[in-house]
Amino acid sequence: MSEKPKLIDENGLRHDGRKPDQLRPIRIEVGVLSNANGSAIVEYGNTKVIAAVYGPRELHPRHLALPDRAVIRCRYHMAPFSTEERKSPAPSRREIELSKVIREALEPVIFTELYPRATIDIFIEVLQADGGTRTAGVTAAALAVADAGIPMRDLVAAVAVGKVEGVIVLDVDELEDKYGEADMPVAMMPAFNEVTLLQLNGVLTPTEFKKALELAAEGIQEIYKLQREALRKKYIEVGVEE
Amino acid sequence: MSMTPSNLPIIPKIKRETLLTLLSRNTRIDGRKLHDFRPIRIELNYIPKAEGSALVKLGNTIVLAGIKCEIGTPFPDTPNEGVLTVHAEFVPLASPTFEPGPPDENAIELARVIDRSLRELKVIDLSKLAIIPGKKVWIIWVDIYILNHDGNLIDASMLASMAALLEAKKPKAVVEGEEVKIIREEREEPLPITNRVVSVSVGKIGEFMVIDPTAEEEQVLDVKLVISVSKDGKISGMQLTGMGSLSIDEVHKAVELALNKATELHKILEEAIPSSK
Repeated sequence: MSEKPKLIDENGLRHDGRKPDQLRPIRIEVGVLSNANGSAIVEYGNTKVIAAVYGPRELHPRHLALPDRAVIRCRYHMAPFSTEERKSPAPSRREIELSKVIREALEPVIFTELYPRATIDIFIEVLQADGGTRTAGVTAAALAVADAGIPMRDLVAAVAVGKVEGVIVLDVDELEDKYGEADMPVAMMPAFNEVTLLQLNGVLTPTEFKKALELAAEGIQEIYKLQREALRKKYIEVGVEE
Repeated sequence: MSMTPSNLPIIPKIKRETLLTLLSRNTRIDGRKLHDFRPIRIELNYIPKAEGSALVKLGNTIVLAGIKCEIGTPFPDTPNEGVLTVHAEFVPLASPTFEPGPPDENAIELARVIDRSLRELKVIDLSKLAIIPGKKVWIIWVDIYILNHDGNLIDASMLASMAALLEAKKPKAVVEGEEVKIIREEREEPLPITNRVVSVSVGKIGEFMVIDPTAEEEQVLDVKLVISVSKDGKISGMQLTGMGSLSIDEVHKAVELALNKATELHKILEEAIPSSK
């Protein structure tokens, strides 16, 4: 195992120069794929994730349909070239688990009852992984659903917080995840302050956990602002074309 | 691809209503209070052929965990450490909703939640499991078998895994040059266990929080938060599971409740396997 690099310097800054409560530069673009009903690309620093929504559309096989609501199908997948070493394109146990928690993070915001017997398919492809891929995936997927024009209660925005050399930090990157003490991805419906995804990988004291969740909630509000700006930007541009 | 479950029995809305009415009177269908576990029984060494095993009964939920130790090669990035692998099978005899085939997302999620809690807390000191550093190490397999599904599978599985690991004894390993032979008839020493972990799953129904939900209750839960707690009261893993959400306040309430109830589980584990042993 390679030597653990210094993650927090003497000024309390992180290895990439960020403050503990600072997000990486975030870039969001909505409506990037012409074939999908909705799509979005989201970058958290070097992490780059694209999401597309197809549907509501007919579900095959039919017996899997629900009589009172649409089902949501979700696939989180990493491109083979997204990681340091090539990742096999076959779905790993990690990807299967993440597909489930991401779907469950989005279920509460989508008015599925408007489309009984249909399916809403959400595809998330991690193009480049540098930590926080599931949270960037949730942020992108929520935008893609909105871009598809599917009625939603709210957006969902997500970010990972963590503990690195004893410091609680916002928006953990790959290096901090690898050598840090804890990684905690959180997704929320920002307008309702409701948590829809919460995982903790690592050890925290109850006090540290409180601080981490608070920091995540603040980061999520920032990302929410960027999400809404990106959506607005797309529709302003559409308006100009007319 | 993960999909909204469609194989679940249709729950009449009236059942949820009944449950909520009962909860508002601080009771449940089986007569428990909101924050009571069902009776817990731990039977050790249920499978003598395994290096360690434990059968856990949590009410009608039955989980069997078995430990096997094998010799293998270490991961390239941790050449001087043994390997821990957790695997869960939801066998079809355990529930009408389980089907034969490779583990589904629920079985994978359960195994990974348990794996992470054991790993992050360094419950097993893997650095003591190298035999020929860089070449041969112990591979510790934790296999979780659900035998009867009546809810709260994660807490029962965590308890069974922990008890089985505590009880396990490694077989003897003989080094012959570059090769290592296992002599299974001779069980030597226990595994290098450094800590203990249990999980408490807190379910939310309407405005209520319950622990240890039955399968019937799980069908009407809004969402469930699984919280792993170490013996010294640290949070060592979490997973929100289910299609609902929790407010930040509710998350804190659930964590507080779990930290509280975890001491009960640690006590039960201590009674089954004293740490002084």
